[in-house]
Amino acid sequence: MPSWGMVIDLNKCTGCAACVSACRSENNVPNVGPEESQIGRALFWMDIVEVVEGEYPDVRVQYIPRPCFHCENPPCTKVCPVRSTYKNNEGLVAQIYHRCIGCRYCMVACPYTVKSFNWYEPERPEEFLQTCNPDVSLRMKGVVEKCSFCSHRLQHAREQAKFESRALKEADYQPACKEACPTSAIVFGDFENENHEVYRLKKSNRAFRMQEDLGTEPKVVYLSRED
Amino acid sequence: MTLDEFKKDPDYILYKPIVEKGRGALILGGILFAIFVWTMYMYSTQISLGLGVTGLNRPISWGFYIVNFVFFIGISHAGTLISAILRLSKAEWRRPITRMAEVITAIVLAIGGLHPIIDLGRPDRMLNLLYYGRLQSPLLWDVTAITCYFTASTVYLFLPMIPDIARLRDMGVRPHWLYNFLSWGWTGTEKQKHILERAITIMMVMVIPIAVSVHTVISFIFSMTLQPGWHSTIFGPYFVVGAIFSGIAALLLVMIIFRKVFHLEGYLKLIHFQFLSTLLLIMSLLWIYFTFSEYLTGIYGGEPHEMKTILYKFTGEYWPLFWGMIICNFIIPVIILSNKKLKTITGIAVASSAVVIGMWLERLNIVVPSLANPRLHMAHQIYLPSLVEWALFLAGLTAFALAFLLFSKFFPVISVWEIKEGRKEGLEDVKARIESYQPDTNIELEG
Repeated sequence: MPSWGMVIDLNKCTGCAACVSACRSENNVPNVGPEESQIGRALFWMDIVEVVEGEYPDVRVQYIPRPCFHCENPPCTKVCPVRSTYKNNEGLVAQIYHRCIGCRYCMVACPYTVKSFNWYEPERPEEFLQTCNPDVSLRMKGVVEKCSFCSHRLQHAREQAKFESRALKEADYQPACKEACPTSAIVFGDFENENHEVYRLKKSNRAFRMQEDLGTEPKVVYLSRED
Repeated sequence: MTLDEFKKDPDYILYKPIVEKGRGALILGGILFAIFVWTMYMYSTQISLGLGVTGLNRPISWGFYIVNFVFFIGISHAGTLISAILRLSKAEWRRPITRMAEVITAIVLAIGGLHPIIDLGRPDRMLNLLYYGRLQSPLLWDVTAITCYFTASTVYLFLPMIPDIARLRDMGVRPHWLYNFLSWGWTGTEKQKHILERAITIMMVMVIPIAVSVHTVISFIFSMTLQPGWHSTIFGPYFVVGAIFSGIAALLLVMIIFRKVFHLEGYLKLIHFQFLSTLLLIMSLLWIYFTFSEYLTGIYGGEPHEMKTILYKFTGEYWPLFWGMIICNFIIPVIILSNKKLKTITGIAVASSAVVIGMWLERLNIVVPSLANPRLHMAHQIYLPSLVEWALFLAGLTAFALAFLLFSKFFPVISVWEIKEGRKEGLEDVKARIESYQPDTNIELEG
């Protein structure tokens, strides 16, 4: 089984948020107004976490792109009462929106707070409906959603490779955030495949994972900033 | 026997609210019902618009509903557990108390058990818990434990009511069909008495582990996650202690109210309140012991995330709630209940009210400030409950008052047959029991 994972080089990340907007349009992530967003109701599949380090005048801002970490041992799937979030046979942490009862237990169990909730029925203007991605199901009010590592693209890629009777290549399956990143800070692939770039990058001595001591084994590896 | 003879019964005062229904109760019931209807209207806005009408957000995605869920289920431990323990330990002073305790449990458990449903984003998909339920999830443990506890405690409430209901049936109190149906053909034969006593004994033994399991499992919802402030092994017993603590306080308040309204001073004497409030004092000390252990281990270990949550509770936006909790749960009850002069009915009423408020604050302190401090850095958010959430809190309280009012107008709030039994068999039993405690004299041993 492949181990799909992401490496994010914080040296290269400029915090431009191209990944965030690419993700939103790829995955039909609903928008909420500024007031709602102010009180913590915004939905994000890919988010940029802003960490301010040091004190004035030696201040430095670190931007950290944060998708779902698709943990090897996900704390969220453990607690779901209806198996609405689960680890699928590609090793990705998936969501079943039409089964979710909206108890938000997975949201509080996730140590990385990556899950978002539809507090209201998502508003979808006419223009949005014309441009939304038909491969990703639209969510309804009262359910939890999160980054899927663009798993709909993986389904396509698998079918295409099968149709052409060949093995899946690294370039076949790449998430939207990776494609949008102008500085190639995001690299995506199979951690267990020697030919993939992530295989080499995750062994870098700059590599670290968030809250490694929790034993969740996130499949998003960061390369720390050097300066 | 006619109604006039019935009125000569020395315990007639216990039946009086049922036989002579006044207008006061009807008016009070009407007001409570009106409030309840308004709160249900507020709830309908949540149903139609979604959970956005609450003050919840990310990361604080649990709030009042979960707090009140834990709080109400906690109160429910008053009842059954206290009554079962007192019965089991053959405490004779239990007789006028057990019924009220058991009623609290049944009502509050029904109210508390509904709270997770109002918290759901998709209550329409509630049955998915049965179709796709995963027993690995602590939420399913809850569903199982609470339904089990509800079944056991309603049976345990009903069984000792049968002889009293039969009495009401024999006296021809209306509605006939209700008492006819609920008395289950009770005629008070020796065989029936034997079966009833046996059934009560079985239920009271069963209900104790079930009650303990319920609050343990509720604490597991929190402690099974990796959230700082929740991930603690002490949570199971800590929650059970807190539950019994708040339960006794609620029971004392209910007793004080009924004593006043139904003029039951002859049955609920100062001695009953003093015994029960001593138990409240012990629970208060036990609670502070658990709280101290919980925070000291966190502070001494000094793990950064844990420390951040603890300091936030002490000095963050919610600091009045934390220190208010310490005052209500420890300082006020200990000062009042350890002082003989202050341990009057008024004093006990103040202490009990403080504990009920304090335990509600404790649930709030566990849920909200912990969620406000997630492990991974993100924009700080604060949770303030909306009008809908306050309305549903009020709904829980009015439903409790309304249900208790209804109960007291159809069934005696004090177990009459057990009082009567206490006068005769109880007295003889205790005498024989105390005699059996006495040391055997040498003469007897030699003889």
